Amino acid sequence: MSKIEIRGIYKIFGRHEQACLQAVQGGMSKAELLGKNGHTVGLRDISLSIEAGSIYVIMGLSGSGKSTLIRHFNRLIEPTAGQILVDGQDVMALGPRELEQFRQRTMSMVFQRFGLFPHRNVLENAAYGLQVQGMPKSEREAKARHWLEQVGLKGFEKQFPRQLSGGMQQRVGLARALATDADILLMDEAFSALDPLIRREMQDQLLALQAKLNKTIVFITHDLDEALRLGNRIAILKDGELVQEGAPEDILLNPANEYVQAFLQDVNRGKVLTASHALSERKALTLTTRTAPARALERLQERAFDYAPVLDGRNLRGVLTQSAAQRALEAGARDIAGYLDDVASVPASTGLDEVLGQLLREPQPLAVTGDDGEFVGWLSRKKVVQLVSPALDSAA
Amino acid sequence: MFPELFPARDLRHAIDAFVEQLVVRYADVLEAMSQPVLQALVWLEHLLRVAPWWSIVLAVFLLSLAVSRRLLLSVGMAALLCVIGLVGLWDRGMQTLALMIMATGLSVLIGIPMGIFMGRVNWARRVFTPVLDVMQTMPSFVYLIPVVMLFGLGKIPAIIATVIYAVPPVIRLTELGIRLVDEDVLEASRAFGANPRQQLLGVQLPLALPNIMAGINQTTMMALSMVVVASMIGARGLGQEVLLGINRLEVGRGLLAGLAIVALAIMFDRITQAYGQRQQGVSQ
Repeated sequence: MSKIEIRGIYKIFGRHEQACLQAVQGGMSKAELLGKNGHTVGLRDISLSIEAGSIYVIMGLSGSGKSTLIRHFNRLIEPTAGQILVDGQDVMALGPRELEQFRQRTMSMVFQRFGLFPHRNVLENAAYGLQVQGMPKSEREAKARHWLEQVGLKGFEKQFPRQLSGGMQQRVGLARALATDADILLMDEAFSALDPLIRREMQDQLLALQAKLNKTIVFITHDLDEALRLGNRIAILKDGELVQEGAPEDILLNPANEYVQAFLQDVNRGKVLTASHALSERKALTLTTRTAPARALERLQERAFDYAPVLDGRNLRGVLTQSAAQRALEAGARDIAGYLDDVASVPASTGLDEVLGQLLREPQPLAVTGDDGEFVGWLSRKKVVQLVSPALDSAA
Repeated sequence: MFPELFPARDLRHAIDAFVEQLVVRYADVLEAMSQPVLQALVWLEHLLRVAPWWSIVLAVFLLSLAVSRRLLLSVGMAALLCVIGLVGLWDRGMQTLALMIMATGLSVLIGIPMGIFMGRVNWARRVFTPVLDVMQTMPSFVYLIPVVMLFGLGKIPAIIATVIYAVPPVIRLTELGIRLVDEDVLEASRAFGANPRQQLLGVQLPLALPNIMAGINQTTMMALSMVVVASMIGARGLGQEVLLGINRLEVGRGLLAGLAIVALAIMFDRITQAYGQRQQGVSQ
């Protein structure tokens, strides 16, 4: 059961949204509807399902409907049609009182332009959600203090928002959202108004907090680098329609259409794709340290390989070359353990940009190892180049 | 000659008849309803006139100090009040002061809720904006006639006429203040589950306060400008003194009374403005 599930959301902006719904469901385009009835299609048939504990990124350019979509989760905007389920509960069925309760307890939100209250100090801002819930003053202030400390704002409690920098203001916004202990955090372009350095810092902080808190985060952004950095899954919107939805690598490796492709052009692929994406297709021949030299040599010659990885259990011990196997055979050794050459390896989760550096330094083949140091495969130089700069590759 | 589509004379008569009916049927009821206001005003006037002059001066000084936190300004306000006493108009001045406080208080009591209503409900704004325009531009003598017919001469019609003329600014500026509240901030409060009352009291009103104070300031100024008209229908005070000056062609009497009105106006203005400015300082 997913945490948040939305099914067939339509949003039409204008006076007679219901009347236009059928036409839009019948396939009338955005431009056609605008020309005919003066109504705008905000969202068209969006269905998503968001797993608990994940960071789900919704991205698109301005006007793609992403900010409209996130406001449907807590019904700041009412859909024209469609279903919204949170923990299996139908949000559309909530009455005004229940909806207030739902917003107080289940979801909190961080805004692009912070949305802080200028007439309240930092502490009162951070405690706002709790005040709305009716929590007594001392209790809510203690809680707000805790969360301000968590986001690194200890000592700023008595300041007013206007006295803080943008990054600090957004930390207040984050503390305010976290203080309510809601399971779900909606972040509407939360870091877009910040300069790149601060943005990066806030992303790190969010990831660190998320590792501790394990909330369900819906994150809106127009910045693909940010999406790839934060998202467990990414949905891409264009003109109110869902273009592609998937894990970051899936989107990077298999863009659904030219729009997504264009989006991906400027992205730093080396940061997102890892060594595990650039494994050689060559069927690896693996030996163990206990293999007899004659057997090792035979198997190497059989496949015409110059070398093969040698494992001790599942861990990579080294590499055996044909000439070393020959020497071991001539020396009459019992096994090949004493004749191994060292081999460079990289963990499978290493970003390709780092791998590229190692490839340039090391002329030797690079092995890829898993989380526990087990051998996964050889790194393919050709693939690394292809993945990091596809344009370069196709031009060649 | 402009073509006559319907007999205008009949329209006039119809209105006259309607007001006459109103007076016959409801004058007693309306007078009874206005009694609490009249009693409050009489009490306030009595209080101001009986209290020793220095206690009033001290009260103005302390109020001004509490509101502005500026010593020099507060001393100035107290001195202005003394000027009214020095020109021999203390008693008249207190009568006018009582009327002003009452009229301004009523205007605020009516104006702020009205402004909030118009700020939050779009149709209310469309309906009442032209009404406010009429209230501000219609010559006050026009509605003085029916008001006097209904309530008789005296303090009540003076207050009603003053409120009608003075209430629009506080309504307009309250509405403006509510509408100018940053949409993002209001949305944030909604996203955290604030109910309409929490949104109004916790976000909209505090953020609109500088504008509301500007409205109250304008309202007091306009109320003071009605002093002379009010005295024509029986309100005593500085306005009466001005009227006497006009009737008897005594320039000195009129001028001194006029200056006393100006002194009161400056007092009201500086004190309400100082409060508005301090609020603004807090919220921006």
